[in-house]
Amino acid sequence: MFEYFKEIWPTLWPTLAAIGVILAFVPFLGLYMTFVERKLAAFVQDRLGPNRVGPFGLFHAIADAIKLFLKEQTIPAHVYKLLYFIAPTFSLMTAMFALVVMPFGPVPTEYISGFRYIVAPGIDIGILMMIAISSLSAYGIILGGWASNNKYSLYGAIRSCAQFISYEIPLGLSIIGIIAAAGSLNIEQIVAAQGGPFWNWNMFWQPVGLLVFFTSALAETNRLPFDLPECEQELVGGFHTEYGGIKFVLFFLAEYTHVITVSFLTSLLFFGGWHFPGLTGPVDSSLGGMLLRTFVLVFKVAMVVSFIMLLRWALPRFRFDQLMGLAWKGLIPLGLVNLLCVAVVLTLDLPKHLLAFTAIFIFIGSLISARQLQFTINRPRSAGRPSMAHVTSEVTL
Amino acid sequence: MTSTKKTKTVKWGDEPKLGWVEAMYLPAILSGVGTALKHAFSGKTTTRQYPEVEPTIPPNYRGVHRLNRDEAGRVKCVACYMCQTACPANCIEIIAAPAPKDDPLWKDRDKYPETFTIDELRCIYCGMCEEACPVDAIELTSIYDLTGLTRQEMIYDKEKLLSVYDETVDSGNDPIRTNRGALGPASVEATTAKQGPPPPGRGRHG
Repeated sequence: MFEYFKEIWPTLWPTLAAIGVILAFVPFLGLYMTFVERKLAAFVQDRLGPNRVGPFGLFHAIADAIKLFLKEQTIPAHVYKLLYFIAPTFSLMTAMFALVVMPFGPVPTEYISGFRYIVAPGIDIGILMMIAISSLSAYGIILGGWASNNKYSLYGAIRSCAQFISYEIPLGLSIIGIIAAAGSLNIEQIVAAQGGPFWNWNMFWQPVGLLVFFTSALAETNRLPFDLPECEQELVGGFHTEYGGIKFVLFFLAEYTHVITVSFLTSLLFFGGWHFPGLTGPVDSSLGGMLLRTFVLVFKVAMVVSFIMLLRWALPRFRFDQLMGLAWKGLIPLGLVNLLCVAVVLTLDLPKHLLAFTAIFIFIGSLISARQLQFTINRPRSAGRPSMAHVTSEVTL
Repeated sequence: MTSTKKTKTVKWGDEPKLGWVEAMYLPAILSGVGTALKHAFSGKTTTRQYPEVEPTIPPNYRGVHRLNRDEAGRVKCVACYMCQTACPANCIEIIAAPAPKDDPLWKDRDKYPETFTIDELRCIYCGMCEEACPVDAIELTSIYDLTGLTRQEMIYDKEKLLSVYDETVDSGNDPIRTNRGALGPASVEATTAKQGPPPPGRGRHG
């Protein structure tokens, strides 16, 4: 037994170390993302934000965590106890599980021994597994909404269900174009395919893919403007109405883990991963190169996270029919057209950046279709109103 | 739609039609993000660092009560019960007593409040006691941060209310507001000089 353990140790410890890094950093990152979000929200609204605990209010996040952990564990009398406890755990578990195949630093395409910035390197179905696992997180929300035994929570869960099903499709469609170009589902391969000059990054020749991917990924994270499952004004708190203290923290952490996942995915798939002008070659194993590439990747991720947080204060929430309309009438056709264009370019071996120009035509096409759809979306209100107007006119003002 | 005369009072507004560009959402999203960014980097803030920087309280602010003293240092109140009657929250309780005639200090007074209690928790700070008072004895100050650990200590008696006067009258922000001068009916109002409002832009603690 010991001999066997000694034999597999060289391959075991890097995996354990990577798991340790993820388990240590993701909750910490989630904790401090709440702080960054509060600060950013404050700056956007011309406020100062939390600034009481510690220098620049840096310890507010820790104070929040202590408070939430020490809160009384209230279990409402009417909930389904088993599911009630499973839901937040499941939510966080699936969110963390999706990080298994995600490189959080430079990972060369060939297998290396020693510490690696990924738990499971060289998985040939990497991106597929990631999408599959992260869509499981709908389970946590649906379980939470159902177990709460409460109308509002259930509404949140149902909305979340519909949202997840709708946005899975454009999410997958937008990635297919990239997979086809890279010729691999392996995330390291996809990043390696974006090496060379910076206009090889996928965002420069598949802007439509980026748009569709980012929008649907944002919807998958359940954040504004897509936070229909928990919108406070309509559903109290949505699926986590009945959750408090540590159980709420788990849901919250799951949401932030999703944001981290989405930001990493966007950076890796579209923004060239750890490539940067002047830092374009294949990954070498020198310490300086590794650290520099990690910094580049983390910087890109931080940019995407800030953009997601900024979007929250720039956009109002979608109405539910608009949400569905956006997915089914907007993003899915756009994703299909994009996929078609990518297929044509790749099959005929045309220059890749032709796609960037076709993006303009795709946009014009979507404009025309949006114009057509408008007649069904924005039909004149007065058509449905005469009876109401009649009733109102009877009331003498 | 029925076109009667009355329908003119009801105006239906249709949603403005989206143009080709607006239907894409993208320009609106970009301008929204731009606005958010502009505010984020403007460096301006509306936040007041409250405990460190005290807010400017307007001179007509209605805060904690005080009982004014007259020139001789006696309580100005003549125990007429007007404020107690006017109070919509029933938070004032007065017990009147005849003024001690043999005391030379009180020989021009008939009546004075033996006790004068205000429940500061019950008070709604409407200022009607101040308006009702014929001798300008009760006034509201600009003290806004009234706190206490027990209900008992929030019930202010006569001594406490007089001490509020002693503390605030020279602080600059709480001059005697309704200075109608000497004891007696409010009809002598015109004879005394009105005190101007306090200088603006100064906190309570100067």
